[in-house]
Amino acid sequence: MKSFWSITLATLAKDIRLEWRSKDALNAMLFFSLLVVVIFVFSFDPLAEESRHIVGGLVWVAFLFAAVVALNQTWARELRNQVLDAYRVSPAPANALFLAKALGNFILVSLLEALMAPLFVIFYNLRVLGPAWQLIPVALLGTWALVVNGTFFAAMSLRTRSRELMLPLLLFPVSIPAVLGMVAGTTNILTGENPAHFYIVLLLTYDVVFTTACLALFETVLQAE
Amino acid sequence: MTNPLTAPRGAPIIAVSNLVKQFGRFAALRGVTAEFDSGKFHLILGDNGAGKTTLLRALAGLTAPTRGEISILGKNPHEASQEIGYMAHPSLLYDEMSGMENLRYFARLYDIAGYSRCEQVIRAVGLDPELSRPVGKYSQGMRQRMSLARAILHDPRILLLDEPFSNVDVHSAREMVGLLKGMCDAGKTIFVVTHQAALLEGVADEFVWMQAGQIVDRTNGLARGPLPSGDVRAVEP
Repeated sequence: MKSFWSITLATLAKDIRLEWRSKDALNAMLFFSLLVVVIFVFSFDPLAEESRHIVGGLVWVAFLFAAVVALNQTWARELRNQVLDAYRVSPAPANALFLAKALGNFILVSLLEALMAPLFVIFYNLRVLGPAWQLIPVALLGTWALVVNGTFFAAMSLRTRSRELMLPLLLFPVSIPAVLGMVAGTTNILTGENPAHFYIVLLLTYDVVFTTACLALFETVLQAE
Repeated sequence: MTNPLTAPRGAPIIAVSNLVKQFGRFAALRGVTAEFDSGKFHLILGDNGAGKTTLLRALAGLTAPTRGEISILGKNPHEASQEIGYMAHPSLLYDEMSGMENLRYFARLYDIAGYSRCEQVIRAVGLDPELSRPVGKYSQGMRQRMSLARAILHDPRILLLDEPFSNVDVHSAREMVGLLKGMCDAGKTIFVVTHQAALLEGVADEFVWMQAGQIVDRTNGLARGPLPSGDVRAVEP
């Protein structure tokens, strides 16, 4: 067990170091999200009241599409020089690799959210009417829902010819319940009209189910040819 | 077969039985059956497409056989992974990290504590552990050496090396051969796939000849008689 966490942390540290040096995923995600925000601002010109009803959807759509960029990058660097084979021939557990990748993506997407959220607040003149602290569990659970499935499906589509197309095709349908929870939960908190507890529990359940399933199946995905 | 865990040098350490590997309709391995002795230097030769790399990948556990069995030290390749060092044609290294950073990461995968072992193997392959340049900026020869350092990092008993001398100058290749010979003398079992067989003449104990997905001959030197007719069996996909 000590070895499992040691390998997970070593792989996470290695991925953060590689991302820090190249900034491939972070730059791509930032520019993509920024573009989405600007396009939305030009496309809609809502009143403050209308903003509260639509921003939940806009925010999560922007983050979902931006996350796909990071998810593709995560595994692409393991394909260069076939480095993934070095992991596969080692006695290191497959799940440690998966967990490290998912945590790395979680950190990246959370960082993106932290940077982009103020822009949404400014551009859409937002003021939270519900319990604002609930945005934190919705954001954390929602982000984990995106990255845990995204990391898994990105690994699955790794050896396909058009993996950048395959990832959204596999990820988006599976993510619908989570996206529903994120959007409805965020909207409820922003408008203060309904409680968001149900959606927080929905996201938590979704995360537990899909994290367990991904961990259980990842070894098969890793060893597939 | 003698128990390989207690077997003396020269006893079989790897046994493959009726190994078949198909990629779609193409059979890369067609019923390979062989035993390989421990502590020996095995050189695997053959034309492109003969199945050399596929055999090596199957022994490393990277390719699951379609049929047949592999026994390494009495275990399957995944169970025996601690005893296998694998070097592929690509470097299997992160280009953006230095050699030492790469090895420190891979050491964690094998539960190797501390960094002294990393420094030791980098020096063993003739490189400087202090070199801070990323591997992507190494020359091809340096990259091959670092790749070998990664393969021997956990001191495996079996080394599977696929084209270790490709794009390496003759001088560096001879140095690598000397290093491998020393490791073989120390009891390691070494498999090398190469098209530069002349480099290993007088060093390799056994020359394994492959053709069309089968082992067609095993000799003690590069000289080889004509292939007996009917030696290559066709296996139905």
